[in-house]
Parts: sequence; structure tokens; C-alpha cells
Amino acid sequence: MSSENKPARKESLFSKKNRKLLKDPLGDSNPITIQVLGICSALAITVQLQQAVIMSLSVLFVMIGGNLIVSLLRNLIPDRIRIIVQLVVIASLVIVVDEVLKAYQPDVSEKLSVFVGLIITNCIIMGRLEAFALANKPGPSVLDAIGNAMGYAWILLVVSIVREVFGSGAISLPGMGQVKFLPEGWFIASDGFYENNNLMILPPMALVVVGIIIWIQRSRNEALIED
Amino acid sequence: MEVNKNSTFYTFTFSIIMVVIVGASLAYTSLSLKPLQKANAADKQMVDVLGAIQVKSSRSNAKADFQKYVVERISIDYNGNKVNSKTGDVVASDANDPFNIDVKKDYRSNKPAKGDMAWGNANELEFPFYVCEKEGDTLLVIPVVGSGLWGPIWGYVALNSDNQTIYGVKFDHKTETPGLGAEIKEDFFSVKFDGKTLSEAAPYFSVLKGGSNTDEHSVDGITGGTITSKGVEEMMNRTLDIYKKFFESEA
Repeated sequence: MSSENKPARKESLFSKKNRKLLKDPLGDSNPITIQVLGICSALAITVQLQQAVIMSLSVLFVMIGGNLIVSLLRNLIPDRIRIIVQLVVIASLVIVVDEVLKAYQPDVSEKLSVFVGLIITNCIIMGRLEAFALANKPGPSVLDAIGNAMGYAWILLVVSIVREVFGSGAISLPGMGQVKFLPEGWFIASDGFYENNNLMILPPMALVVVGIIIWIQRSRNEALIED
Repeated sequence: MEVNKNSTFYTFTFSIIMVVIVGASLAYTSLSLKPLQKANAADKQMVDVLGAIQVKSSRSNAKADFQKYVVERISIDYNGNKVNSKTGDVVASDANDPFNIDVKKDYRSNKPAKGDMAWGNANELEFPFYVCEKEGDTLLVIPVVGSGLWGPIWGYVALNSDNQTIYGVKFDHKTETPGLGAEIKEDFFSVKFDGKTLSEAAPYFSVLKGGSNTDEHSVDGITGGTITSKGVEEMMNRTLDIYKKFFESEA
């Protein structure tokens, strides 16, 4: 990705270059499937859709906030301590998210437990700050943040939907709780024919699902295949 | 004025300003959200107390259910003498309300040394418990706090009115290993305690290694979660020791 900071020439917020910032991370430079960053949290919190949604929103908030702040300060941040400054920015945003979740979404906060705190170590965020926000204007930086957070989010959502549907036979959304859509009579426990796949609930299955997404993506776009 | 951004002075000034701004804004966030978080924690505590007497409640119903089942909140001192007793609504600002005693904090700051039953500062502490009525039975719910492998574990033990038989338990943890020690919060573990009895003298109850023969006063621990299981045993014995004194003085 170009990190050149061209002054003088004014370009519209939705120029071709900027649209690329939004679109690329969704597909050909997806942070999870292509760059393989932020995998840890993607595996850990995709048991339920509800957790994935909250996690994605948290990451979106931290990404936008972090990219915006660092981009605004990019000419002020002393080079020698720039990584520390980025860390402080990310860490404080994450603490804010954690506190807000504890206050307004206590149940989800309990389930996400340490993984909210671990957003701090999510390489996607640090990577975008260092590679993009530090060298670009606030506008494109925010777009880049949204693009990457969305790239992270859609993988999380797909994986969590697959895992929850096959693992728990249900779908959960924040504020709605878990909706079981399979009739009770279908289950073997009540003399039916269906059983939830417990393997889906375990972390290894998240890796397999992510792997399948990577497979599909690369078989559709040969340019992504490395030797 | 030209500022040299590579100078040490600039770097220091920048970091000092940054730390002050970040510190102030985080302190503000934390303080303004505190009341909500406290209320959430209180709801959770109610849900857990009710969980020990096997009433499934949720955060939104916690207050009403707590009112319905818990008839009295009592605190005792280390020697088993009654200190405070409250009935009716829980008042969050009332420091004398046994519900508001922070047992986790008390444990953290007065933790007994390893292998020792005695607490530091024990005489200044108060120990709460809850008297509940469920379907005509009187049940006592005792909060227990201890240490697992990685961090604190805690729970509630509900006893029948004979002060001997366990009616139900509910455990929780902060950072135990998922799939191993963390299983203490699952129902399959806590149902094993139902109907077991405490023995007359210490150790009142044991959590044995998985697969051992269990008797009236013991349950199977969690395979792969030995230290957490032992933590459960330790916290039950240490805490029940204090309440025993109260039960004896009552009898």
C-alpha cells in the first residue's frame, strides 16, 4: 500500500485511491485471510455471533480512533518514541471500550473476558497505525481504519455464524439473546435425528473455517497464491 | 520558532503532556461509568447467590428474585458472633449491609499464608451470609473466596437448615484455564455437590483427584484442573471453619 504523503494536490474523500483503501482490506489484502493478523481473537470469540458483533464493533472503534488520533498527531510525534505513543493511544482506547462494555453490556463483557484487553495486542491495529496513519492525512486514515476493521469483521461474522449455527443450532444478536431456530423435537435427546456438532464450539474448528475461507479466496484469485 | 523534534527535551515534553491527557481522560471515563458497573456487579452477585439455591435468575430479574427468596442478610465476625443483620431492600450506599461486604477484597488483603487457616487481621473482618426461603425450606448461602491456579476463584455454598447438608453450590473464576480449571463454573461440576454433607470436624469437605472413590464428604475434582479443584476445597474448608463457630453458638 502506498504510504506517500503528497501535499498540495487536493483530492476528494471518495476518489479512486481512497475507495481502494476501503475495498482492498475486504478482499485482496484482508487482514485475517491474507495478512494472517489478529488470528488469536478471531479464533477465540467466534463461538457466538453476538460476541463477534461486539468484538468487531470494539475493534472498529479502536481502529478509527487510533488511526485518527495518530494521523492528526503524525507531525508532532517524536520519531524515537512513536511505537510507545501508538501503544498508549491504542491501550487507552481499549480501556475505554472495556469500561463501556462493563457498564452497558456486562454479560457480553464477561464472555469476551480477556479478549477485549487483548485488542491492544491485535497486530492489525498496530500495523495500520505504523504503516498508514503515521504517514497519511486523517481522512484517508479513517477510511483505511474502516476498511481494515470491516475486513476483520466480516471474517469474524462469517466464522461465528457457521460455528453457532452448526455448534449450537442457534443465532444470537446483542440485545436479543440466543434464538434457537431448530425445533426441540429434531434433537436426538427428544427422539429426533439431529445433534449439534460440539466440535464446532471448540477453537480448532474456527481455524478450519478460516482455512476454508482462505482456500476459497485463493482459488478464485490466483494472484494471491504464493509459491 | 523552530522546534527540534529529535531533541530529548521535545520527546520528554511530548510524553509528559500525552500521559497527563490520557490519564485524565481515562480517570474521567472510569469515574463516570463506576455507578453503572457497581450496579451490574450487584446484580451479578444476586444472580450467583440465587444460583447456589438453584434458582435460575437473570440480571434483569435479579432484584425481584433476590427480594423473593432472600429473607435476611447477616454478617458475623471471625469468632462467630453476629454483627449486623438486614432485611428488605439492598441499599448500595449502606456500609453496614452485609450484602455490600466485599469478600473478594477482604480475602485479597488478608489472605492466610499457605497451609494456614488463620486470617491476618481476622478480628476486624466481617463475614456475610444470606438466609433464604425456598419452597418452605430455610437455606443458608455462604460466600467463599479463594485462589485457583492463575487468579481468584469464588462462589456460594448453600446449606440446608441442618447446617450440614449442601443444597447447592455455584462457583466462578476470573482467569482459570478454559476447558480445565474454568470448568468449575459449569453445572456438571456443581451438581456433584448437591446432597453431600460436611463432616463434623475439619477438613469439612474434600475435592479429590478425578476418578477417586468419593464418599459423603467429597466429590470428584476436575481432571487437568487439579490446582483449581484444590483451590475450591481449600476455600470451602477455610471459610466454613468461620461459619461453623457461628452455627455452634446458635445451636
